[in-house]
Amino acid sequence: MSQPINFHPVESFKERGRSVVNDPAQRKNFRSAMDFLQGKRRAQFPERQELEGLRDLASAIRRYSLAQLPTLLEQLERNLTANGIQVHWAENAEDANAIALDIARRVQARKIIKGKSMVSEEVDFNHRMQEAGIEALESDMGEYIVQLAGEAPSHIIMPAIHKTKQQIAQLFSEKVPGVPYSEDVDTLIQVGRQVLRRKFAEADIGLSGVNFAVAETGSLCLVENEGNGRMCTTVPKVHIAITGIEKVVAKLEHVPPLYSVLTRSATGQAVTTYFNIITRPRQPGEKDGPEEVHLILLDNGRTQAYADAQLRATLQCIRCGACMNHCPVYARIGGHAYGTTYPGPIGAIISPHLRGLDQTYPLAFASTLCGACTEVCPVRIPITELLVRLRNEAQARPDSEDATLRGSGAGRTKLATAVWRGWSLVYSRLGLYRMTSWSMSRGRALSPIDQGAWTRSRTPLVPAPKRLRDLLRKRRK
Amino acid sequence: MELDAAGRSYPAKPSDVYLYATCLVDQFAPEAGLDAVRLLEREGITVHFPEGQTCCGQPAYSSGYPDEARAVARSQLDLFPEPWPVVVPSGSCGAMMRHHYPKLFEDDMVLGPQVRALAERVFELTEFLVHVLHFAHPDRGEQCTVALHTSCHARREMGCHETSSALLDSLDQVDVTEQARVEECCGFGGTFSIRFPEISEAIVSDKVESLRACGAQKVVSADCGCLFNILGRAAKLDQQAGRASPSLEGEHIASFLWRRTSEAPR
Ligand code: SF4
Repeated sequence: MSQPINFHPVESFKERGRSVVNDPAQRKNFRSAMDFLQGKRRAQFPERQELEGLRDLASAIRRYSLAQLPTLLEQLERNLTANGIQVHWAENAEDANAIALDIARRVQARKIIKGKSMVSEEVDFNHRMQEAGIEALESDMGEYIVQLAGEAPSHIIMPAIHKTKQQIAQLFSEKVPGVPYSEDVDTLIQVGRQVLRRKFAEADIGLSGVNFAVAETGSLCLVENEGNGRMCTTVPKVHIAITGIEKVVAKLEHVPPLYSVLTRSATGQAVTTYFNIITRPRQPGEKDGPEEVHLILLDNGRTQAYADAQLRATLQCIRCGACMNHCPVYARIGGHAYGTTYPGPIGAIISPHLRGLDQTYPLAFASTLCGACTEVCPVRIPITELLVRLRNEAQARPDSEDATLRGSGAGRTKLATAVWRGWSLVYSRLGLYRMTSWSMSRGRALSPIDQGAWTRSRTPLVPAPKRLRDLLRKRRK
Repeated sequence: MELDAAGRSYPAKPSDVYLYATCLVDQFAPEAGLDAVRLLEREGITVHFPEGQTCCGQPAYSSGYPDEARAVARSQLDLFPEPWPVVVPSGSCGAMMRHHYPKLFEDDMVLGPQVRALAERVFELTEFLVHVLHFAHPDRGEQCTVALHTSCHARREMGCHETSSALLDSLDQVDVTEQARVEECCGFGGTFSIRFPEISEAIVSDKVESLRACGAQKVVSADCGCLFNILGRAAKLDQQAGRASPSLEGEHIASFLWRRTSEAPR
């Protein structure tokens, strides 16, 4: 399998971040987008207590679902099958694409129209289809834009948030035949709509994601705003849904509370324009709907998170994007810098399971641990704690019992290990600490002017002439 | 016993407290530590400074070196034999001792209970001043406008933005103004600032800008880490711009409170 475009080597993470940080236009762009989204969310939760209650409920539902994940998945499969929806299990990206390709070949599909699906990004669906001679076209406006530009989404909810109106106008006028340059948003949307309308009619297969899969009823819920999700799942004669195994909930009544915190946290909407529940293919006598419905359930490393009592919380995620909207780091570097399908705080905690910690560990360090993500996460994932855990794993001795993940220990260096050992020694031995801190105070005139990364942006830190302990001792005398 | 909004219970005023000054205060901002002692002593409390204190261990803990953090934390556990409250002039280190120590020693059958009991009596300075000592002193300073920066741990793990601002609000001559994105991190993040200097710089530069723009004469904070980061960045920008006088001043909240309410202002 060739390297997917939605994944960039982690070694160049810093570089990618730097290039955005040093670009004032991009930074302003992200900043105002994040301010906007934060404001929208805030307006949805005026009452602190209500918010905390909703988060408790949503988190309880997600934890309840995960606690019985294997049973629920079996139940889901049974009920979906009974409803006439075919269930496929995919261990990894390759499996998922192979399953989709099999279906596509059987129905002799040439064109696939896609609703928004981050899991399809995760498996690099579009390119795999393209390689097999099948066109996969995005129908969500944001996804359509990044696809036209040959890019990957930079945000899980707003894929094209890194693009300005001008860039989109430019893109459309270059890539869509017969479209003149226009910065008018309505005009741009109309352009997209016209192109896509035709494509819906031509497509042999519609592909969508899933927000919640309900075990009890065997139904798939799809949350969207543009109506393209409904088109994808009703117009073509085959519908393939793809999702991660963690998206299952036990009961239909579990969906409304999750849906409510999802839309309010994500885009600051009380409800979305569309909410689809798909329970069976077209029945005899029905006028529309696909003749076949398939669900591909993808693992792709999720079971690694599932197996760990602490990291399992990662799978509570409902992909609202609030953590990235509130992340000071994401706001400065944008989604592409992360180089993974899922950027921001959720990206940092989920990607190690999908791609291995060795490929992704710097993301766990790219956080000030400020906790803004944890504070807004509607399902109460303790994101900061998980980041710390992943840091521990990244630096654990690979042969020790602290190394439990694929790629654990990859971030361990001799130098850093020695530095922290030394640090620990100084601060846990009073005698050593006294000596060190005393000489730092005495030698303050010799404090280095160049303190590396610190003084790159700040004036040097200089110890006080007398330590607090010295001042207090003097005072007592 | 008093309960705050987050449901934490507070003891009655004790006769003695331990001061856990933190490594930053001990070495780089001893005056803030001294002012914390003065604030506590003024209430008739005897302040004990355990000589064995070094660092809470947070730098290693948050950098992903739990064993090294545990070794340092272990060396601090026996410094507080009496059942007195432990007052910490830093929300970040306070949060480490209160919330993360129990996790570090979770599996330790022997030390676990001791650590949990200790964590229960760790208080950040401003929460202690407000909820235990009911701080109320006439403001003797001149009219001034300040902005409050609360560290992320103090805010999100300890709820201390509320107690810090209650203290500032209690001063008649002090107007508190709010900088844009008041809740946002200053970009320090311990070793984050060393690992990702450009991102850290971008964040702290924005913080400096919003503080300068909000009309405050100075920024007050209960955490030295943030203060050094913000003021150090501001000073560097001043240097680069050739400004002779600082464009942003700042002070630890302990010093600010003491200076304004003590009988003989320094
Ligand atoms: S981790 Fe929480 S805040 Fe982030 S996308 Fe998932 S549910 Fe939303």
